[in-house]
Amino acid sequence: MNKVIACVDGAAYTANVCDYATWAAQRLAVPLEFLHVLDRHPERAPVTDYSGSIGLGTQESLLQELGALDEKRSTLAQRHGRELLDGLVARAKEAGLAAVESRQRHGSLVEALLDLEAESRLFVLGQHHHAEQGVKLHLDHNVERAIRSVQRPVLVARANYLEPKRFVIAFDGSPTGRKMVATVASSPLLKGLRCDVVMAGETTAEVQNQLAWARTSLLDAGFEVQASIEPGEPETALPNYLKVYSADLLVMGAYGHSRIRQLIVGSTTTTLLRTSPVPVLVHR
Amino acid sequence: MQFKTSLRQNWLSNIRGDLLAGLVVALALIPEAIAFSIIAGVDPKIGLYASFCIAVVIAFTGGRPGMISAATGAMALVMVTLVKDHGLQYLLAATLLTGVLQIVAGWLRLGVLMRFVSRSVVTGFVNALAILIFMAQLPELIGAPWLVYAMVAAGLGIIYLFPLLTKAVPSPLVCIVVLTGVAMAMGLNIRTVGDMGQLPDSLPVFLLPDVPLNLQTLQIIFPYSLTLAVVGLLESMMTAAIVDDLTDTPSNKNRECVGQGVANIASGFLGGMAGCAMIGQSVINVKSGGRGRLSALAAGVFLLIMVVFLGQWVKQIPMAALVAVMVMVSIGTFSWESLKNLGKHPPSSSVVMVATVLVVVATHDLAKGVFVGVLLSGIFFAHKVGRVLRVDSESASEGRGRAYTVVGQVFFASADTFIASFDFKEVIESVRIDLSRAHFWDITAVNALDKVVMKFRREGAAVEIIGMSEASATLVDKFAVHHKPDAVERMMGH
Repeated sequence: MNKVIACVDGAAYTANVCDYATWAAQRLAVPLEFLHVLDRHPERAPVTDYSGSIGLGTQESLLQELGALDEKRSTLAQRHGRELLDGLVARAKEAGLAAVESRQRHGSLVEALLDLEAESRLFVLGQHHHAEQGVKLHLDHNVERAIRSVQRPVLVARANYLEPKRFVIAFDGSPTGRKMVATVASSPLLKGLRCDVVMAGETTAEVQNQLAWARTSLLDAGFEVQASIEPGEPETALPNYLKVYSADLLVMGAYGHSRIRQLIVGSTTTTLLRTSPVPVLVHR
Repeated sequence: MQFKTSLRQNWLSNIRGDLLAGLVVALALIPEAIAFSIIAGVDPKIGLYASFCIAVVIAFTGGRPGMISAATGAMALVMVTLVKDHGLQYLLAATLLTGVLQIVAGWLRLGVLMRFVSRSVVTGFVNALAILIFMAQLPELIGAPWLVYAMVAAGLGIIYLFPLLTKAVPSPLVCIVVLTGVAMAMGLNIRTVGDMGQLPDSLPVFLLPDVPLNLQTLQIIFPYSLTLAVVGLLESMMTAAIVDDLTDTPSNKNRECVGQGVANIASGFLGGMAGCAMIGQSVINVKSGGRGRLSALAAGVFLLIMVVFLGQWVKQIPMAALVAVMVMVSIGTFSWESLKNLGKHPPSSSVVMVATVLVVVATHDLAKGVFVGVLLSGIFFAHKVGRVLRVDSESASEGRGRAYTVVGQVFFASADTFIASFDFKEVIESVRIDLSRAHFWDITAVNALDKVVMKFRREGAAVEIIGMSEASATLVDKFAVHHKPDAVERMMGH
C-alpha cells in the first residue's frame, strides 16, 4: 500500500501537519490517512492513595477503580480524537484531496507507526517543542523515537504552513546521502521545486566531486539546481543557508548506526531537527 | 536507544508516585520481616537485611516492574525446621541454593508451567497464605494480657479509620507511631521489637555461609532449597499476575524467575534469608501509585534507612502494633470474594480451592497445597472430559450383526466406560466399530479397543474397525492442531 500517514494529537501544529500532509498526498497522488494514537501511559499511576491500608476486597475494588478510570479516560480520548480526525478529514477534503481516511490506534506512537509501516509511503509528524519557542535543548522525543524506528521517510512539520517552493538537500557524500539524492530525483514529491544542494565543511577536491555528482543527478531529473559548499559545522551552516535563501524545506538523511555515539554526542540529525526554521524531510 | 527507552519507561516515568509508594510499602515490609524472622527462629535483622537486599536487587533484575519482593511469611514457614535442626549458617547456604535453582527454572522457562495452575488453585493459595500470615500472629496474642488485645484492636481501628480522615499519610505508620508513643509514655510492660532479638545496627556486609562444602550439607539443604524455590516462584508468579491485571501491563515471567534467583543469592551473601514476591505489599504499592522499578528500589532503601538509623526507635515499637499491621495484610490478602463464590462456582472448583487451603494450613507448606490443588483440578478435568463419549449401535445384516459408532474422547478416564458400552452378551456374527468421530488420546484407549476386539472374537464375531487412523491422530505426543489451518475443524468434525 501507498499512503501518506499524518500523525495528529490535537496539540499545536496539528493544522500544519494536516496542511503539509495534504500537500504531500497531492504531490505524490496517493491517499492520505490521519492517525490518532491513544496512549494510556499505564506506566504512570492515575491514583494516589497513601493510606497504605488494605482490607476486605481491596484487590477487587482497586481493580474496579483502576479499570473504570482507564475506561473513562479512554472513552474521552477516543471521542476527542474522533472529533479531531473528522475536522481534519474535512479540512483535507476542502483542500481538494479526494482519498482521505482516518484511524485511531491504542498504544504508543512508535508502535502504531511500526504497525502501519507496510502500508505507508511517508509519515508526517508535528513537533511539540519548537526552536522558536526557545526550547532548543529538547527535541520532542516522540518525534525523535519515531524517526529512529521507522524505515519510511518522515516529514516533520513546522508552524505556519507555507507551500514549499524551494528546498535544500543537506548532502554529506555518504552512501545514505547519495541514496537520498537518488530518491529525491526519482520521486514526484519535490518535482518542479527549486533545489539547492548544500555540503557543509571545507572545500576539497573530494567534496567538489561529490557535489558535482549530486548536482548532475538532480539536473538530469529536471530540477533547477544550485550547488554550494558552506564552511563550518552543518548544525550552524545549514540553518543560516535556509534563512539567507529563504528555502521552505530541508531534506536530510536520518540517524547513523552508531548508537553509542548518539548517546554521548547527539547526532547532527537531532540538532538540525531542533534548530531548523523550516520543515524537515528525513530520509533513511 | 533501547537502554535509554527502557530506563525512561521502567524507572523514570513515574518518579513521584514510585518514591512515595516505596515509602508506604517499606512500612508494611518491616512488620512482615520482623514477624517472620521470629517465626523462622532467627534474629529480626536476618529478615530485615533480606527484605532490603531482595527489594533492591529485584528492582533491577525482576520481570514485573511495580511488584514488591522481600522476606515473606510463605518462605519463612518452610525454613523453621532447618533453622531449628541445623542453625542459621545452613539457612544462608539454603538461600544461595534456592537462588541457583530459581535461576535454572528461569533459564528452563518453567514460568510457562503456571498455566497448569488453575484459577481455583490460585485462589486457594492466596487464601491459605492469608490464613498463614494471620496464624503467625497468634503466638503474640494467645495468653497475652488484655492490654495487648486492646492495643491490637486500637491499631486496627487506626489503620482502617484513619484513611477516612486523610489519605495523605499511611495509616499503618500512624498506627505504629501512636501505639509506640502510648506504650513509651505510659511505660507499659509489653513485648517490644527489641525483646525479639538483634536489630541491624550497620549496613549489611558480604559474607560466605560458614558450612562445610560437602555432599552431606547438600543433602541437608537441598530439600529445603527445592521447596523454597518452588514456593517462592509460585507466589511470585501469582503476584505478578495480580499486578498485571491491576496495571493492565504485561510482565516477563521467565525474567522474574531469574530475577528472584539473583535476589535470593544476593540476600544469602549479605546474611539474609530467602524471600519472594508479596501479594499484600504489591497491592499496597499499586494502590499507593507505584508502577515502575523505582518503587521496589525505594521500598528497599527506605526500609534500610528506617531500620538502621532509627533503630533505637524501632526497638521501642510494641509487637502489638506490628501484629495489627500484619492482621491488616492478611485481611487484605484474603480473597473474600471466593467465600461468596463457594456456592456459585461448580463444586469441583470449590473442592480444589478448599483442598488447597486445607493442605497448606495443615502442612504449613504452600508447595504441597498447590501440588494437591493442581492434581485435583487435573483429575476433575479428566473426569469431565471423560464424560464426552457416546457409543451408539444399530442392528445390521438382518439381526446377525451390529454396527457401533463411537463419538467423543477415549482416554484413561473414559476407557472403562468405553468398554462397558459394548454388549458382549448379544450373539452376532459380525461387528463393525466406526471410530472416525472418536479421539484416542493415550495407550489406555488403544488397549481398551484391543480388549473389546478380543472379547468380540472370543464370542465368535468377526470384527471390522473403521476410521482407526483418524481416531488415533491425537495419540502422537507431538499432536498439534495449529500446524494445518483446517486441522481444528477436521478434528471437531470428522
